[in-house]
Amino acid sequence: MKVEDKLALNKFEVDREVHIVVDEEKCASCDLASCVYACPAECYVAREGRVTFSYEGCLECGSCRIACDKGAIAWVYPRGGFGISYQFG
Amino acid sequence: MEKFDAIVVGAGPAGCACAYTMAKAGLNALVMERGSYPGAKNMWGGAFFGPQMSGLFPKFWEEAPVERFVNRHVISFLTEADSLSVDFKSYGHEDRSRQSFIMLRAKFDRWIAQKVEEAGVIVASGLAVDGLVMEGGAVAGVKVGEEEFLSDVVVLADGVNSLLAEQAGLRKKFSAEDMKQGVKEVIGLPRSVIEDRFNLKGDDGAIMEFLGDCTGGLPGGGFIYTNRESLSLGVVVQLGELVTHKVKASDLIERFKRHPFVSSLIAGGETLEYSAHLIPVAGMKMVPKLSADGVVVTGDAAALVLGTGLILEGANLAIASGVAAAQAVVAAKEKGDFSAGALAQYDETLKGQFVLKDLATFSKAPEFLENKRIYETYPRLACDLSRQIFDSSDGNPREHTFKVLQQGLKGKVSLWQLVSDGLKARKSI
Repeated sequence: MKVEDKLALNKFEVDREVHIVVDEEKCASCDLASCVYACPAECYVAREGRVTFSYEGCLECGSCRIACDKGAIAWVYPRGGFGISYQFG
Repeated sequence: MEKFDAIVVGAGPAGCACAYTMAKAGLNALVMERGSYPGAKNMWGGAFFGPQMSGLFPKFWEEAPVERFVNRHVISFLTEADSLSVDFKSYGHEDRSRQSFIMLRAKFDRWIAQKVEEAGVIVASGLAVDGLVMEGGAVAGVKVGEEEFLSDVVVLADGVNSLLAEQAGLRKKFSAEDMKQGVKEVIGLPRSVIEDRFNLKGDDGAIMEFLGDCTGGLPGGGFIYTNRESLSLGVVVQLGELVTHKVKASDLIERFKRHPFVSSLIAGGETLEYSAHLIPVAGMKMVPKLSADGVVVTGDAAALVLGTGLILEGANLAIASGVAAAQAVVAAKEKGDFSAGALAQYDETLKGQFVLKDLATFSKAPEFLENKRIYETYPRLACDLSRQIFDSSDGNPREHTFKVLQQGLKGKVSLWQLVSDGLKARKSI
């Protein structure tokens, strides 16, 4: 089962305001791509030597913030009431 | 504007235990929760021990949303094609309070938050705290957008990623080596199927833990908890190792589900939810400063998690720390002194009870658990040797079991390593 199909089962209230901002300049000089392997929701995807990011499926676990040692990820929680809402947890 | 005795950030077990204890002592507390309801942002493997909860809510299991009561605990070594298990089952449980309880956080957190509300505390959900209000170096409240909410003490119960504890200067950002990442699926199955497959009667529940192939040999493990009408299945892996070895937990959980042992347990099940969370696992060495002027930090936000390899305990420590923090705030209120000196009573209480005592006892466990042989060599050895002993003979005369073991170890692990790991285990886990 693909992650995107799993995320589609989750309940999200996606905020228009982006809660994770990736510094593309810092990313461009990074060959580790820690974020790609740290993110359990596969929000970071490596394509043709660069990493693209989407915040919609973010599970707010904080792994990318901790794994990135380039300081390229500005990470806060979504605004109150937005983001993932676990029904089971 | 109304000033609160205490503002609690986060309506998980730590925050709720704290707010409840303060309310019972007559304090005016406010709980702020960023999820649209308590538990909306939370997940765990699935079970916790009863004594701390019983202290707050005697016989809580009679009304709390308990999925199942654990009476079976299985630990299994996995290779691609084999498994070897230790299966503990207890048939004589009379005392519920000594059992572990399987629960789901979205239900459990809502239940405990409701208890807090019944005690007279407002639990304001859907409110994310953006920062702390500082006054002369002391924490004096919290900010939500442009709005400020003031209190004598702020209790940080905002979980493992506590940005507020960092802002308060209590701790630095945790490192990837000190964290494990848990990913989990809740898989729906009919109640009767779960009870048949896991050999359970009525409300009985099972915890299964797995070592080896489920994490591809990386430090961590797999788990299955039986809920009433679903399974909680997942893997927990050290975050730094995922990055170093360029492995994704999202792939590992699929690999785990495909293992022959596991796939037959979940066959026909329907995935209902996918969740992820971080766990602080470095024990004592990562526990931050627990209090400062006008602020205390509790639960996961303070890295109060005990991981010994056999035990992974967080919610209990969260509840105990919440209660201890509340007691310190109540004492501070009586004295009218909310300084770091007065709130240090909180640190002292935790040192005097199981929370910091257990972390001290098992302070060497995190380092021991970094030993890759636990996740790669030993599961494989255990399965290989079992196969050699149990498979039918190849026609040649059989050897004594000890000789089979001796030959099986050859080239895989030296006797010295085996003894050394054994000695380390004795002192660390």
